[in-house]
Amino acid sequence: MKIKRKALLPAVGLVISAALGLQAHSAASSAKINGRSASDTTISIAPYFTPATTKKKTPNAEGFIQRWLLLEPISKPTRTNVIFTDSYLRTAFTTAYFPNQFTVIPKDGDKVSVGEQELTWHALETPNFNVKLFRFAYGLRKPTYGVLFWAVTIVNSPREIKNVRMAVGSNSGSMWWLNGKEAVILSGDRRMVMDDCTSARLTLNKGQNIIRGAVINGPGMSDFCVRFLDENGQPLKDITISCK
Amino acid sequence: MKLKTKIKIIGAIALFSVLSTGTLVAQVGKPFIHDPSTIMECEGKYYTFGTGGGGLISEDGWTWNGGAVRPGGGAAPDVIKIGDRFLIVYGATGGGLAGGHNGRILTMWNKTLDPKSPDFKYSEPVVVTSSDGMEDNDAIDPGLLLDPTDGRLWLSYGTYFGFIRLVELDPKTGKRVEGNKPLNIAIDCEATDLMYQDGWCYLLGTHGTCCDGPNSTYNIVVGRSRKVTGPYLDNMGRDMLKGGGKMVLAAGDRLIGPGHFGRIIVGDGVQKMSCHYEADLDRNGSSVLGIRSLLWKNGWPVAGDNFKEGTYEIESERRGYGLELAVDFVRMPGGMRFRRNNDEPVKPVPSQELADVIKTWPTGNIAVRIGDYMFRPHQKWTITAVPDAGGYLGGPYYKIVIAGTDRALAATADAEVITVPAFTGAAEQLWRIDQFTDGTYRIMPKVVPNSDEHLALVSSGDSTPTLGKYDANSDNSKWNFKAH
Repeated sequence: MKIKRKALLPAVGLVISAALGLQAHSAASSAKINGRSASDTTISIAPYFTPATTKKKTPNAEGFIQRWLLLEPISKPTRTNVIFTDSYLRTAFTTAYFPNQFTVIPKDGDKVSVGEQELTWHALETPNFNVKLFRFAYGLRKPTYGVLFWAVTIVNSPREIKNVRMAVGSNSGSMWWLNGKEAVILSGDRRMVMDDCTSARLTLNKGQNIIRGAVINGPGMSDFCVRFLDENGQPLKDITISCK
Repeated sequence: MKLKTKIKIIGAIALFSVLSTGTLVAQVGKPFIHDPSTIMECEGKYYTFGTGGGGLISEDGWTWNGGAVRPGGGAAPDVIKIGDRFLIVYGATGGGLAGGHNGRILTMWNKTLDPKSPDFKYSEPVVVTSSDGMEDNDAIDPGLLLDPTDGRLWLSYGTYFGFIRLVELDPKTGKRVEGNKPLNIAIDCEATDLMYQDGWCYLLGTHGTCCDGPNSTYNIVVGRSRKVTGPYLDNMGRDMLKGGGKMVLAAGDRLIGPGHFGRIIVGDGVQKMSCHYEADLDRNGSSVLGIRSLLWKNGWPVAGDNFKEGTYEIESERRGYGLELAVDFVRMPGGMRFRRNNDEPVKPVPSQELADVIKTWPTGNIAVRIGDYMFRPHQKWTITAVPDAGGYLGGPYYKIVIAGTDRALAATADAEVITVPAFTGAAEQLWRIDQFTDGTYRIMPKVVPNSDEHLALVSSGDSTPTLGKYDANSDNSKWNFKAH
């Protein structure tokens, strides 16, 4: 994100901290967030997301995974994205904010408490290649800036597939695990670029595989996209994606 | 360090015949600007407008100072010439960070960009597109393209909040075409611009972080499409709607954070790009105007490197022989060494030095020719910027002297080239160096004595240089600088 006017730059710090200070409170206590009032009934997560069904679902034509369990954002205020160094991200993503954070396979509607926040898991599908976390948060009237999201999904493979890479893009930094092992970290102040970072070569088990991800952002449009590439760099499509 | 001191020190180094690793010379004057518009030429001067209002003017393209006038404030203007007048576009806002993505983009006309001209008068600005603060777009950072194939006028705009969008304007009025709907063409960038080249439309975008001084990761990327409406794909076939983009220019040479691409076509086969650098480490880390050569490689635009002062072979692209003095070849000691004792210790043989040969050279003017390159003293040229001699878009005037001497390449009144024993600073001893779009170089004297013609160094034979009209399609007009 950028501020163009030179004169605005010294004021930016004040404006951002004021806005983020506002968002650090629970949504109910702020009259306006991001320029819209909390009572505006037209806001929802549609058309970016629809509730997940149990119908069989493969990745899309380009291999992007579009069915996810998403946790409402954990508030982690920051005025700037320049802090997202590798060390900062590693600490942020290995901290336990709620019980069983690294192993849970949640159900739609499950709740967790993080500090004073009560956050709900949502089982969702998106028609896009990317999971627009900003629109997820905005549509649920949750904080959109200074946030940390958790995402989980299940990849079902008809056979063991070796030498696949998890290919990820995210805004901003993120970390991803496959079957409990760290697969790839996206560091720095990043923005959405498909196939930005890839894991080392991984093996997908026959049957169930769990992808878990954490995405952090300051001021920006939180977002991620994930697909698998085979050993020839082609997207994996003969897998199915489920929330349980 | 002042430019003059730099030049003196480099001259001293050259006297010891040391191949310099090169010193960068940058625009002079006060080229301080942020988000510069495409550079426009108007009545013999160059103009660029920036964020906040105003902008820079240059008489020669090298020395830039403030003085351009643009009302309306706001940010990141662009300009285009349509017929005999200029259309200026700008964003009313600078983009929102803590909310506030309501933006408006406005256009206005002027017959001239010269504030001192009696014709200087902006028309009333007109809003051509906007964003409502909640939709997937923040209307800032406009860029204009007049499509040369059909005369239609297009505007790209937007930033990291949501999509980069494309709308169509009427080239006669500068207003939005009735019924035209915005089209999403990219994400994950800002400061976009559009250009057309050889059957392709190109979308330039600036990626990375802005406005963070020496820590700005700002860089310029590109995608291309057969149609202006996209899809714009990068070199990996990846859509700019998914974050694709091929690098055009990133940081280097103590210049950080290039952004806000604009193109100027200087002549057939010679193009330049403009941008700002977020931080010029040689100028307080300030945001400055940048001008680079624009090269085309396999259908992709890429910024040329900044020309570095140093000692070079000047190689003809025609045959590959090197520019040299027309003097006797002086043999080095030693003949063929073969089938000797392979156990004898391996030792370097010194190169031929200037002192070994200079006494055999005439002391007055010496002609030049092009010959087999042997990295001999009569073939090595030291190229340094001449302070206070002005310049042109993208570079200063250079002197070209035989390394270790003051013997200077000069244009003659018969449109030939010669060397004179000592550089005097006369206009015919000043050389303009531009890159062709294929990466080779055009070398032109500032002046051909007693002539109005703009001639360039060309090969009239494999071994004969002369001055003639340059032809971007002929290797006769092309040269390479090789430091070896």
